[in-house]
Amino acid sequence: MDPSILIFLSSGLFLGWALGSNDAANVFGTAVGTRMVRWSTAAIICSIFVVLGAVISGAGSSHTLGKLGAISALPGAFMTALAAAISVYLMTKSGLAVSTSQAIVGGIVGWNLFSGQPTDTKILTTIVSTWFICPVLSAIIAVILYKLLHLYLRKAQLHLVRMDAYLRLGLLLAGAFGAYALGANNIANVVGVFIPATPFPEIEIGGLTLSAAQQLFLIGGLAIAVGVLTYSKGVMMTVGSSLGRISPIAAFIAVVSHSIVLFAFASRGLEAWLLSMGLPTIPLVPVSSSQAVVGAIVGISILQGAVGIRWRVLGNIVIGWIATPILTCAICFFGLFFLQNVFGQIVY
Amino acid sequence: MSRKNKLRLFGRTKDLESQIDKFLDKLSESTVMFRLGVRTYLKEGANSEFEAKLKTVNELESEADGLRRNIENELYTHTLIPDARGDVLGLIETLDHVMGLYESVLWAIAIEKPDIPEEFNAGYRKLTNMVVQASDALVLAARSFFRNPHSVGDYNHKVMIYEKEADKISTQLKLDIFGSDLDLARKAQLRNFVEQIDNVADWAEDVADRLAIYAIKRTV
Repeated sequence: MDPSILIFLSSGLFLGWALGSNDAANVFGTAVGTRMVRWSTAAIICSIFVVLGAVISGAGSSHTLGKLGAISALPGAFMTALAAAISVYLMTKSGLAVSTSQAIVGGIVGWNLFSGQPTDTKILTTIVSTWFICPVLSAIIAVILYKLLHLYLRKAQLHLVRMDAYLRLGLLLAGAFGAYALGANNIANVVGVFIPATPFPEIEIGGLTLSAAQQLFLIGGLAIAVGVLTYSKGVMMTVGSSLGRISPIAAFIAVVSHSIVLFAFASRGLEAWLLSMGLPTIPLVPVSSSQAVVGAIVGISILQGAVGIRWRVLGNIVIGWIATPILTCAICFFGLFFLQNVFGQIVY
Repeated sequence: MSRKNKLRLFGRTKDLESQIDKFLDKLSESTVMFRLGVRTYLKEGANSEFEAKLKTVNELESEADGLRRNIENELYTHTLIPDARGDVLGLIETLDHVMGLYESVLWAIAIEKPDIPEEFNAGYRKLTNMVVQASDALVLAARSFFRNPHSVGDYNHKVMIYEKEADKISTQLKLDIFGSDLDLARKAQLRNFVEQIDNVADWAEDVADRLAIYAIKRTV
């Protein structure tokens, strides 16, 4: 492999690391914050399933990003991912709810603008509409699940201690599913832009064939896992307080709803099934893990009488929707200009 | 914990669950023994049957102590029910104190052997019955805290009613004692026993008050 590929990949890996360190908290934050699950257990499970999700189910949402803009040169992909990473960093610094998904879309549009490629407005509209649908869908799923669980618990009359044990197991399973869904859905943000520009040869390991894209997904998944293992602890410990005090049951529901939504926006299997049933399909698009969790928690809060809703958090999300892609688009555009004219790289 | 238990899914959970259930069983058993002990004394004095009841209450109390320590240990070493373990410990400790109160009433009777005139017998019996009912309702409230926190309020309500009734009986009994022509030392001794027995119901009410808060926390 050409070592320069790794240099160009570094921005994507950095983005993956940032994603792992931030978004693992959406999956395991409340469980770890409430001391229901140990951080080390959470980090190991999260790392393993994020990689599995990326490699096995990562193709769907990457394909959609590819349709938005097929970045044809490695330096261009490098700049797109770097622009996303920089805006994620800047937005996080200013305390705004940030999504790598929105950043990378802004970056791709920036590359399209710079390279003079047309942006498929239909795909763009689909993607933007999912940013709105994702938290709303998550809220609806959370409300339904919460109601059902509540009914079950009143009927089942579980002992407090047993409920605690079930909840721990539930949080672990939901976390594993959440990590898988996160890997499947968000791997597109991390390495999706590199797919058209990195023609790796296929590798065969013990009867398993890893395609070029899957090798990228594996590398990206590992970057996310490194982010989880090295930097997620602090974020997980604080996530409970930033979202307000929620009960372990509400935390469980939030993680499950988040995971269902992320999985729905990533699963080709589900898409095929919906098609076969003649139902409308869900677009395979990278969505924001943070916004899915916040959507679920807002849903549960509304169900409980809306006392816990934090309008500022909601306001931040809306600002994030607008600011993140525009900022990334601008950074990417100017970054590409420098890369092309100062460093003499071919960016498209 | 045995190796077999470790291999069993939720083995530790089941153990802890059964220890909590056993602890509550000890409390209701000692409530029965307390009632029988006082009744025996009122009827027949400090005979061997009374001594046997006192011994049983002592044993139940120390077994419950052992269970309480195990439960505390288990909850804290394995960080179980992190959001409610403070409440569970508070509950177990205050319930344990109920048994301590039974023990001290029976010990005081065994040591002082108060000479209770026939006319006050019925009053002491009624008071003991009321106190025991308050305790029984408290045990039910505690059991439902673990399985069905929504019904804690129903049992707590009963604890309050029995406590109020016990207060009425104890006030009347004290009025009767001090209205009699016994000498002051005996009056004071008899009043002391009234207060000691009534104290159990007062304590049960305090525990029920705490339990109400714990239950609200669980149902939110």
